[in-house]
Amino acid sequence: MSPFRSRAATPAPPPAPEPSDWDTPQLPSVPRYEHGSRVPGWDDAVDLTKDPAVIPDPASTPVPEGMRKTIEAAMARYPDRHSASIPALHAAQAEHGWCSPEAIDQVAAVMQVTPAYLTSVATFYDMLVTHPKGRHDVFVCTNISCSLRGADELYEAMNVAAEDDPEITVRSFECLGACDLAPMASVNGEYVGPLEPADAKRIVEDLQAGRPVLEAKQLRKRPSADPEARGA
Amino acid sequence: MKKILFDRIDEPGLNTLSVYERRGGYDALRKALGMDREQVVEELLTSGIRGRGGAGFQMGKKVSFLPKGDMDKFLVCNADESEPGTFKDRELMQKSPHMLIEGIIIAAYAGGIDHSFIYIRGEYEYQADILDAAIEEARAAGYIGERILDSDFSLSVVLHRGAGAYICGEETGLLDSLEGKRGNPRLKPPFPAVEGLYDSPTLINNVETLSTVPHIIRMGGAEYAKIGTETSTGTKLLSVSGDVKRPGNYEIELGIPSRQIIYELAGGPLDGRQIKLWFPGGSSAPVLTADDLDIPYDFDSLAKAGSMLGSGAIIVVDDSHSVLEVAMKLAKFYAHESCGKCVPCREGTNWTVKMLERIDSGEATPMDLEIMSSVQEQIIGNCLCVLGDAMAMPIGSMIDKYRPELEAHIEAARERAGSGALADVVALGVADEHAGPMPVH
Repeated sequence: MSPFRSRAATPAPPPAPEPSDWDTPQLPSVPRYEHGSRVPGWDDAVDLTKDPAVIPDPASTPVPEGMRKTIEAAMARYPDRHSASIPALHAAQAEHGWCSPEAIDQVAAVMQVTPAYLTSVATFYDMLVTHPKGRHDVFVCTNISCSLRGADELYEAMNVAAEDDPEITVRSFECLGACDLAPMASVNGEYVGPLEPADAKRIVEDLQAGRPVLEAKQLRKRPSADPEARGA
Repeated sequence: MKKILFDRIDEPGLNTLSVYERRGGYDALRKALGMDREQVVEELLTSGIRGRGGAGFQMGKKVSFLPKGDMDKFLVCNADESEPGTFKDRELMQKSPHMLIEGIIIAAYAGGIDHSFIYIRGEYEYQADILDAAIEEARAAGYIGERILDSDFSLSVVLHRGAGAYICGEETGLLDSLEGKRGNPRLKPPFPAVEGLYDSPTLINNVETLSTVPHIIRMGGAEYAKIGTETSTGTKLLSVSGDVKRPGNYEIELGIPSRQIIYELAGGPLDGRQIKLWFPGGSSAPVLTADDLDIPYDFDSLAKAGSMLGSGAIIVVDDSHSVLEVAMKLAKFYAHESCGKCVPCREGTNWTVKMLERIDSGEATPMDLEIMSSVQEQIIGNCLCVLGDAMAMPIGSMIDKYRPELEAHIEAARERAGSGALADVVALGVADEHAGPMPVH
């Protein structure tokens, strides 16, 4: 039996509402966003009356000296200065804590590109953050190999352990390339694993005390798994 | 088996120039510089080495495709290792960075290239620091720079750190990212060998491939070709992970049985568990079942079995996990990493996540599996790059091979959610093979 036949037996739908009624949603059961649509739209509204930002004037945009040097050195490494955008944004994030509008303006002034260009780059990459975050980054890998070994529980535990410290930002991250340590995390760039949910507390304590994180479980100390590859 | 890439890889200080040189490091470079460029390319062709990054294209051919003549040419080492389950390049770069640098110099010499870049993923901070130090050492020793070892060959090597995007492992996405843009893949052709970085001819190879180059030159291409099988020559680093006792990187000779890798090297499944499925070449490879464990591990045997060797990452899933759980993790990953440039991939990955969520929430019928299969078919081959295919292939293979389990999951979830017994829905004709999708309310 075809569904089309069964559908033909159902009563005809009510007539379409008058155009004047179209503004008000007729289906209260469908969740809608504030602006009345079922799609989320943009997080931040854009002021369409404003002119686009131009390349900032270096004379009126103060840039921290170390950051300027890093960006200029990066630009010198490539045939095209645009190639330095990721290293430059990394430097700005290290300086400002995140890619804030001021940070992006400063990079734009040094690189002589528009802030919009840099924003387009910063929003593409997971490690560049365009909203305020804590000083410490904890990336918990929740991709396939780690999740098979309990990464989701670890991520939960890590969130609970760090919830009282605004300086620690915990994120679930896509495969960090250390499935031999599964489940693992990258704490300020230091790979640690395999972790138990109980290790979460220790990670937070180590970060707060300014100690190396979970020294015994650091990747850099791990020998090769291939037994024949070892030996001095 | 004699290790080539992993030969005494844990030797302390191997990341420094002095230890690497004591072990005969950079001798292959001297040998290569004493040969003609064409001879070096010939050795690479004879060795038959296929790219270790995922696509498995012959490296020698790639080099020979580069146009001859006096122009800007670039070499880019793809160290953006981000295929889930893959971590071999990480260990190579961390423990033997000079092997990679030597390989880059030789490959650049073969291609007549004078600028090279290593694009390393931003997350590998420790490995990037090690590489930076190694590049500095090599430059000071005269292996990089102007007139290398008094030849008329010059080369610059620049390490470029990425910032976390799976798509930048795709070669043209990587090139855009290296040019300082969002990492959106490009239309091919033109291929990078013709028009790549800064619109110039570009040779792109994976870390493992380039690290093998010094060994090919040292042994000779013909000698290297004796290892492995006829069409899959040499050794391969495998990253074994998931539900095994000893996850890690192992160097094998191509062509050994997959069972030997999973059971002997990686220690087999955890106690009391059975292998349910495994990915032979990273999460983008169609899954294989426990019945496929005797397939020889090489490019062609895995392709014949309907899967692929890919990046050489074996992910083992045991019977404590449901197929749905694995499919959901994968689909969410690809939906997150899709760059959004091509519609089939951007929409297909997101809709696959939604359909899998429907299965879990008890809204789905077996027809959802048909729709999901057709979505996967619509993605494959319809985008600029293979990110969408990389989701469609494993998900499609899971629906094919584990259909009864997924159907049972649908039924159980419906019961849990009180969505009505499947039998009633089927009686309505919704599951009829000619049925179109139900109208979305």
